[in-house]
Amino acid sequence: MATPIAVRVLEGHLREYRHTWRGTTISSIATPVLFLAAMGLGLGALVDGGRGVDPAGDITYLAWLAPGLLAVSAMQAGAGDGAFPVMAGLQWIRTYHAVVATPVRPGDLLIGNLIWATIRLTVVGAVFVGVAVAFGAMALGPGLAALAPAVLTGIATCAAVSAFMATRKSDLAMSGLFRFVIVPLFLFSGAFFPLSELPAMVEPVARLNPVWHGVELTRGVALDVPTALHWAIHAGVLSTVFVVGTFLGSIAFARVLRA
Amino acid sequence: MNNSPSPNGSPAPLVEARKLVKRFGDFTAVDGIDVEVQAGEAFGFLGPNGAGKSSTMRMVGAVSPPTDGELKVLGLDPVRDGPQIRARLGVVGQDNALDEQLTVGDNLAIYGRYFDLPRSVIRERIDELLDFVQLKERRDSKVDPLSGGMKRRLVIARSLINDPDMVLLDEPTTGLDPQARHALWERLYGLKQRGVTLILTTHYMDEAEQLCDRLVVMDQGRIVAEGAPSQLIATHASREVIELRFPPGEQVNALPKLDGLGEHVEELPDRVLISSNDAEAVVREVHTRGLEPATVLIRRSTLEDVFLRLTGRTLID
Repeated sequence: MATPIAVRVLEGHLREYRHTWRGTTISSIATPVLFLAAMGLGLGALVDGGRGVDPAGDITYLAWLAPGLLAVSAMQAGAGDGAFPVMAGLQWIRTYHAVVATPVRPGDLLIGNLIWATIRLTVVGAVFVGVAVAFGAMALGPGLAALAPAVLTGIATCAAVSAFMATRKSDLAMSGLFRFVIVPLFLFSGAFFPLSELPAMVEPVARLNPVWHGVELTRGVALDVPTALHWAIHAGVLSTVFVVGTFLGSIAFARVLRA
Repeated sequence: MNNSPSPNGSPAPLVEARKLVKRFGDFTAVDGIDVEVQAGEAFGFLGPNGAGKSSTMRMVGAVSPPTDGELKVLGLDPVRDGPQIRARLGVVGQDNALDEQLTVGDNLAIYGRYFDLPRSVIRERIDELLDFVQLKERRDSKVDPLSGGMKRRLVIARSLINDPDMVLLDEPTTGLDPQARHALWERLYGLKQRGVTLILTTHYMDEAEQLCDRLVVMDQGRIVAEGAPSQLIATHASREVIELRFPPGEQVNALPKLDGLGEHVEELPDRVLISSNDAEAVVREVHTRGLEPATVLIRRSTLEDVFLRLTGRTLID
């Protein structure tokens, strides 16, 4: 039986990963350690000494921050996977052009990339959860459960960024994307402070940020069990971004690769 | 060869194009060309940059849909049967598009999996192909440090991983030094000997002469001549060409005096070409007319002269 074409693309990523896993694994451990230490412990001491993030006082800033960080780091990793490899494949090294000269179609290529991003984000997220558990910032069970919404946040971003980058010719677009889109979405995602702390006029705008939905759902799963309504709203927004991103992305890939 | 014979008994062509057109917006890259390529042939598209060669190759490679006209590749419709066609083609694109961070062997292995070849088959073919392109010792080294010629040979090996019925090569030697180019020609010649059908584009006339059994000359999206290299030269150029170079500034004064010499006088920015079947006589006449060119070179006609004669332009500007 023939191997599904997207799976053949995935196999390529896995073979590549054999050469790169050391470097990426080290950075995927170092980043949460640094963030949890600096913000969770350092900033957390300040926050918990003041008004705190939980009116009841049960939840420390560290425990509140950890799932938010899990979601936004998945989002950043997803953005990275949607930007650099796509730019390299379509414009810089043009490896995608060689791939689609085989039975692989542009859509298979994108879907293979997204399956790979899902696996990679799950691995990186699991490492994060391990680190957070060691910090006492997360319980293992809820932490692992929170991987699902965090990974969804990451691959939704990956699909949307892939679609956007496929329409660009120069890498200027990439630095612009990170500076003016990814960084603001990251800062105003509710990962570091509750959006309710923002001025009343800004808060509703910040709630339009799809990453906030990812942070809310991931935090909900890690700290408590969200209601079905919460799940439906947040997962609905993220899934919509994922589906629309994938759809537009396969059109954009075909436009470049099948011109 | 899976090529099925047509009803009249002769094998069906591997590529059959009728009035093939490719437009990008207002720009017509390929303007109604007719092409047939038979199994076992080495077929070339010769023309300058922008002649429509690469657009034609992309249509034949079933990656770019034709805007108009008919195209059959391996007897199939490239728009409808793209994946089946591509499964039986080898493609050497203008860009190497190699994963430079990976090893030579891994680049081939990954590519083989795109065709869903079993891993055991891929392993065997990698050995055989790296041997063929003389990169056997480089199997486990990364691609990045390889020379331009080695990378190009690796791309040829990659294009053969699926044991294709036909190999498409888009400017296979552009950017290579003469030595690397000759090494590559030798490999391509080896493929031809094995009976692999080759289609290549080039703007080097010596490449076309060396490798192609038959070729078309393209200019501005159209085919301006077709035939075997020797036949094209015989039809569109005289036997010999005299190249006259004058001291700086003197060419413009000498030109009127060359009028009527040989069969055809062509002025280029740096020299004058006179085509003739009796070069010695022409050179004598040049001197009789009191002209003293700085250098006189007599050579046999090439495809470059054919192109110049047909279009009034050189292949490489």
